[in-house]
Amino acid sequence: MIEALLLMMGLGAVAGILLGIASKVFYVWEDPRIALVANCLAGANCGGCGYTGCGACAAAIVEGRADVGACLVAGAAGAAKVAAVLGLEAGAAEPLTSQNTCTGGFRASEKFSYMGVNDCRAAYLLYAGAKDCDVGCLGFGSCVKACLFDALEIGPDGYPVVDAEKCVGCGACEKACPKGIMQVRKPSDRILHMNLVTDRLAPCRQTCPAEINIPRYINHIKRGEYDKAWLTVMERNPMPLSTGRVCPHPCEDACRRALADDPVSINQLKRFCSDWVMNQGTSLKIPVAPDTGYKVAIVGGGPSGLSAAFYLRRLGHKVKIFEWLPKLGGMIYYGIPEYRLPKEILYTDINRILGLGGIEVKTGVKFGVDFDLESLVGGGFDAVLMTIGAMNHASARIPDEDKVKGVIPATVFLRKQGLGDPYPVGKKVGVIGGGNVAMDCLRSSVRLGAEKVYCLYRREVKDMPANKVEIEACHHEGIEFVTLCTPTRFITDDEGNLTGIEYLKNELGEPDASGRQKPVAIEGSETVIPIDNFILAIGQTTNSAFADEEGTAVSRLETSRGAIVNDTDTHQTAIPYVFTSGDCAGPPGLLVAAVGAGRRAARGIHKYLMGEDMAFPPDRLRVDSRRMKGHIPGTIFDSIEGIKRKGRIEQPELEAGSYERQHTYAEVDLTVTEEDALKEANRCMRCCLTCYNQDA
Amino acid sequence: MEDYILLAVGAILVNNILLIQYLGNCPFLGTSKSMDNATGMAMAVVFVLALAGIVTWIFEAVFLKPLGLEYIRTIVFIVVIAALVQFVEIFMKKSMPALYAGLGIFLPLITTNCAVMGVCLINIKEEYNFLEMLVSSLAYPAGFGLALILFAGLRERIIIGRVPGPLQDVAIALVTAGFMSLSFLGFKGMI
Repeated sequence: MIEALLLMMGLGAVAGILLGIASKVFYVWEDPRIALVANCLAGANCGGCGYTGCGACAAAIVEGRADVGACLVAGAAGAAKVAAVLGLEAGAAEPLTSQNTCTGGFRASEKFSYMGVNDCRAAYLLYAGAKDCDVGCLGFGSCVKACLFDALEIGPDGYPVVDAEKCVGCGACEKACPKGIMQVRKPSDRILHMNLVTDRLAPCRQTCPAEINIPRYINHIKRGEYDKAWLTVMERNPMPLSTGRVCPHPCEDACRRALADDPVSINQLKRFCSDWVMNQGTSLKIPVAPDTGYKVAIVGGGPSGLSAAFYLRRLGHKVKIFEWLPKLGGMIYYGIPEYRLPKEILYTDINRILGLGGIEVKTGVKFGVDFDLESLVGGGFDAVLMTIGAMNHASARIPDEDKVKGVIPATVFLRKQGLGDPYPVGKKVGVIGGGNVAMDCLRSSVRLGAEKVYCLYRREVKDMPANKVEIEACHHEGIEFVTLCTPTRFITDDEGNLTGIEYLKNELGEPDASGRQKPVAIEGSETVIPIDNFILAIGQTTNSAFADEEGTAVSRLETSRGAIVNDTDTHQTAIPYVFTSGDCAGPPGLLVAAVGAGRRAARGIHKYLMGEDMAFPPDRLRVDSRRMKGHIPGTIFDSIEGIKRKGRIEQPELEAGSYERQHTYAEVDLTVTEEDALKEANRCMRCCLTCYNQDA
Repeated sequence: MEDYILLAVGAILVNNILLIQYLGNCPFLGTSKSMDNATGMAMAVVFVLALAGIVTWIFEAVFLKPLGLEYIRTIVFIVVIAALVQFVEIFMKKSMPALYAGLGIFLPLITTNCAVMGVCLINIKEEYNFLEMLVSSLAYPAGFGLALILFAGLRERIIIGRVPGPLQDVAIALVTAGFMSLSFLGFKGMI
C-alpha cells in the first residue's frame, strides 16, 4: 500500500517537474487568446471538431478558421464562453461573412450536358464542370449542403445566396466549393484585396479606378436596400457623396449596355443611395479591426489622404492627418466650386470618415515649415503617407504671366473662392485650358459677375479632357469657346493692368503621342480679345521643393517634375517608411482615382507595418480607364443581343438661365428621384465576366 | 522469426486494434475526414506507440513487477503515457518545428488515447519479451494506420455522394465502420 502511494507520488512529482521545466526550456510564443479559448473547450482531445485536439481547435477559433461553437462536447455553454473571451478583444467587431462572388447561375452557358451526381465537387471532376466560364458557379449547391447554419440556399437565379443574418463565417462553404466562389472574409481582408485577373468582374467594375463593386450595389438598389448599396460602395470609396457629384464615371464608358442602348447611369445611382443614407440620418456601423498599435501620419487632408486614413483606421492603425489649409478636403474643398459640390455635402463625407474614431486631425501646419520627417519619426509615427496634392500651377509660357495684374493661376483663384474671399473679376474673363479645372473657373467667373467669359483652348472642343456634362453646362451658361488658339501676349494699360489678350490661330497637324492631332500656330493670324482677367488652368504640379534641401531625411525622396516618385503598386517611396499617393504621386487625375490610390497606399502601409509581402500578386488586374485597355480577355464584347432600348434617365438640374443658376452657388445637378433610380437600376444587366441579363 | 511475422500479421489484420478490438474510435472518426489528417494521425500513432510501448514495458519490469504493484498498472500507465506524450510535444514544437507541423499537432489527440493504452496493456498481458513487445508496438499502430487510411479514403468519397439527410456525416461513417469491421472479421482463422 505504502509502496503504491509512494510510487504514484514520485511519478506525479517527476512528471510534473519534468513538464514544468520543459515548458520553460522549450517555450514557443503563441497568441494568449488561444490558451483562454482552450480553457473553455471540453478538454477531452476527442477530435470530434475535426481538428487535432483542443489546442488546435482553439487556435483555429482564434484565427477565425472555426466557429465559436466548433466544440460539440462543450456545447452552447462553451460557445458562449468562447464568444465572451473573443469579445474581450475588439477583433470580434470585425465580422466574418460569406460572399458568393459569381452571379452567373442559369445565365451561364454550358460546354456539355452533365448528367452525373448532383454535387459540385463530383461535377468538377469532369473537365472542371460543364459551365463555359472557368470560374463560374456550377450551381449544385455543395456549399449549401456544407452549411450547418442554414444560411445558404441556391437562389432563384441558380447561384447561392447568403443569408447574412444566419451566416457565422465558419468557412464550411468556402472549403466545399471546388471553384473558390464562396469566399469567407473579414472586412479588412476585403480592403486589402485588389482586383485580380481571376476575379469575377463586370466590365464597369474592372474599369472603376476605385474598384467599386458596381453590379452589387446597383442590385441592392434594385431591391430597395439602399443602405446595403451604400455599404457596398463604402468598401471601396469612403467619399460616395462627393464622387456621386463630380465623378466623370469612366465605368459608364465600359458599360456593356452601351453596345445596344445608353450606358447605365451608374454614378447617379451611387449619388442616389448615398444621399438616401445621408438624409436618413442613421449612422450605419462600419467595422474596424482591432488596434495594431501602429501610428501613421498623413501629410495632406485631400481625398487620397482621407481615403487612406479611412482604410488604415479600418485595418486597425491609428492615424493623424496634417493639413496646411484650415479645412480638410484638399482640391475638392478648395478646387471644386460650391455649385458642383456643396461644402456641407463634402463635410458629411469627411465627418463620416473622421467618425470612425482614432483619426486625429491637425490643420494649419505645413510640411517642411512647421514639421518634417524627422519630427514625425520622433513623434512616434511608424509610417508617413504624403498626399500633398498638386497645388502649384503649370506655366502657359506667355511672357510676363506672373507680373501682369489681372492674371491669376486657377489654383489660387479657386482656393480664394474656397476660403470665402473670392478674387474680384472684371466684366470680361478669359480662361485658358480645357480640363475640369478650367470649366470650374469659367463657371465660377459667371457666378462672380463676369458678363462675358471666354474659354481659350489650343485644340477643338471634342478634344477637351473635361467631362462632357461640364462642357455642356458651360454652353448653357453662355460661355464662349475660342478653340484652336495659342495666346502669345498680354495687352496692358499704362499701369500694368490687363486689358486684352492676343492669340494666334492654330491648325491641326500630325497626331502626337496621345493620338490627338498636334496644334500648330499659323503665323500672322494675330487676333485680340479684350479681357479684364485671365485665368491659367492648363495643369498643376506638386510643390516638392522641400526634397531639394540637403541634409534632411526628406531629401532622400526622389522627385520627377515635381511629383514624388513611388512604386505604383505599393506606393512606397525611396524612403521605406514614406508612402505617397494621389496627385502628388503622378500626373494629377480624377477624384475617384485619388480615392482608389488612397486604399492602395493603405494596403502598402499595412503590409509594410505588419512585415508582410508588399508586392501585388502576379495576376493583378491592371486596367487603364482612360484608354480603356487591359480588361480581362473576353469580357469586352463587340455586340450584345436581346436588349431593348430604353434610354437612360436624364440628369435633373437647375433650369438653365434661371437666377439661381447664373448668380448663386446653388447646386446645379440634382439627385434623381427614387422612382428614377429604381428605373435606372433595373436597366442594369447585372453583368459578370461574360454573363448578363439578356432580358433587362 | 516465424513467430514475429505471425505476431505482426496478427496485430495488423486479425486483431486489428480499430476494427476488431474497437479501441481508439475517437480519432478513427475525428481524423478520418481527410486523407492528409488520416496519414498524419497514423504516423503519429506509430511514433508514440513505439515510445510508449518501450517506456511502459520498462516501467513494468523495473518498478511494478518487483514491487508487486501490478494492481495499479492502469493508473501508472496513464500518467506515464500522458507525461511522455506531452513532453514529446513540447520538445518537438521548439526543436523540430517541421516534424511538429506534420506529426506533432496530432499528439494531443493521442495523449489519453485508448488504442495506445490498450496496446501497452496487451504487451504486458501477453507477457511479451522486449523484442516481441517492439514488434507488437509497431504492428498494432500499423494496423491502426491501415484501417484509418482505408476509412478516410472511403469517407472522402462518401462526402461527395448522395447520402440521405438523417444519415449524413458521423452516422454514415459509423455504418461504414461497421461494414469494414465485418470484412476484417474475415481474417479470423488466418492464424
